[in-house]
Amino acid sequence: MTREDSDRVRDEGFDDFLDALADGEGYYVECANGHGSLPPRRVCPHCGSAVLADEPLPETGEVVTHTQVHVPTPAFAEDAPYVNAVVDFGAVRLTGQVLADAADVTVGTTVEPAVSETATTGERLLVFEQR
Amino acid sequence: MTTVRVAGVGLTHFGTHPERTSRDLFAEAGLTALEDAGVDRDDVEAVYYGNFMGELSEHQGHQGPLAAEALGVQAPATRYESACASSGVALRQAVRDVRNGEADLAVVGGAERMNNLSTAESTEALAIAADDLYEVRAGVTFPGAYAMMATAYFDQFGGTREDLAHIAVKNHENALVNEHAQYQREISVEEALDSPPVADPLHLYDACPVTDGASVVVLASESYADEHDLDAGVAITGTGQGGDMMALHDREDVATSPAATAAAEEAYADAGVAAGDVDVAEVHDCFTIAEVLATESLGFFETGEGVTAARDGVTTQRGDLPVNLSGGLKAKGHPVGATGTSQVAELTKLLQGDHVNSKYVPDARVGVAHNAGGTVASAVVHVMEAVE
Repeated sequence: MTREDSDRVRDEGFDDFLDALADGEGYYVECANGHGSLPPRRVCPHCGSAVLADEPLPETGEVVTHTQVHVPTPAFAEDAPYVNAVVDFGAVRLTGQVLADAADVTVGTTVEPAVSETATTGERLLVFEQR
Repeated sequence: MTTVRVAGVGLTHFGTHPERTSRDLFAEAGLTALEDAGVDRDDVEAVYYGNFMGELSEHQGHQGPLAAEALGVQAPATRYESACASSGVALRQAVRDVRNGEADLAVVGGAERMNNLSTAESTEALAIAADDLYEVRAGVTFPGAYAMMATAYFDQFGGTREDLAHIAVKNHENALVNEHAQYQREISVEEALDSPPVADPLHLYDACPVTDGASVVVLASESYADEHDLDAGVAITGTGQGGDMMALHDREDVATSPAATAAAEEAYADAGVAAGDVDVAEVHDCFTIAEVLATESLGFFETGEGVTAARDGVTTQRGDLPVNLSGGLKAKGHPVGATGTSQVAELTKLLQGDHVNSKYVPDARVGVAHNAGGTVASAVVHVMEAVE
């Protein structure tokens, strides 16, 4: 179950999203009615609109909530303890790991998204860096 | 439309039984329930079976037929999976089928074997109830997700780890005399606060244990119960289900559980009761904060005010509205796929007056069961009433 195989088949949409984020060109999906969502989408999950366009992800977002995980799954055994957070970018929110001490992360902390890799498996990881 | 009666209930011990297969656990609970109901197994028209992680823990999919054969029942059987709400949604389907005349006698329950996995493996297995792409791959665990709900709750409404600790203490106290419970021991607020952190602000004693167990209820139509002179004085009078976006980050508010609110509103309307009519409740306290969200969604407390209910004594044994007299998931245990119907089994006994903790609710007429999946992307609520 741990994803150690570097030849893992890509998840279309999701891996494209991470590629773009890693290149500093993060985006989200916006529907004709202005709802944001994360790829892959064929319709807006909020209203069903099929008129979708990629919009640039704001460069920074604010922490909505957070936790420090002490008991991880095997895929993160060597990463723990680490800080998970939900970060608000306006139209969408993202979950990732904050590259900071838990004590420095509070609701409202401004962070910047990026892509790193896990210590345990080397898999790509959505991270947030403090601004 | 017929009234749905609970004809019989059965529970295994909830605890650490790593060597017992889920089919054997289900057999024990199911045979107990059939005997309790006093019905002819040949009359069973359908089996509804809840199970979450059979593929991962037992390398076994397609468990429905196994559940039926474990009871010696020749009837179509289906396995339902909605994470921790698996047997709750199975129950909802069974209730609707009995109501609609599709079945006069139905067996519904669930089983889960978890302790044959290591702690790391069961943590991983539970995590698949979250969004794999956007949550699990970021390292979100099941406790981690609820911890983020707790952080948001504290931030928006206030509340402390000590408030939550009182919920754990209460539920352990309730489980003390429950022979089915995993933890029949008291804990103190200090012990809870001093337990090791799992995902801040949640510590070990905020979390339900990893549990093996099964539960079954036998449902009968009113006409079947009358015809066969069954002792079935408790009815399921309301059912409701709510849904939400799968990932926590895709919800507008992470400090409430709107899916459960929707489920509760539907179930109350279905039964023709209001939150204020409820005398006793079994709610999905996989973590202490989950009991807070549940009791607010059920309308027992205003949003943001449920966190001190245990501390204030409202939801304790001698309080106005005892919650989780069984011990809840926290102390009775949480064999994931078995939890929904175990709540209904406990409430049936509480409403019949033959539960070990019945003395705390001697006049209870209305009970409510709240079962949630994942971070409440699925929620199912049932209203139960003493009718005889």
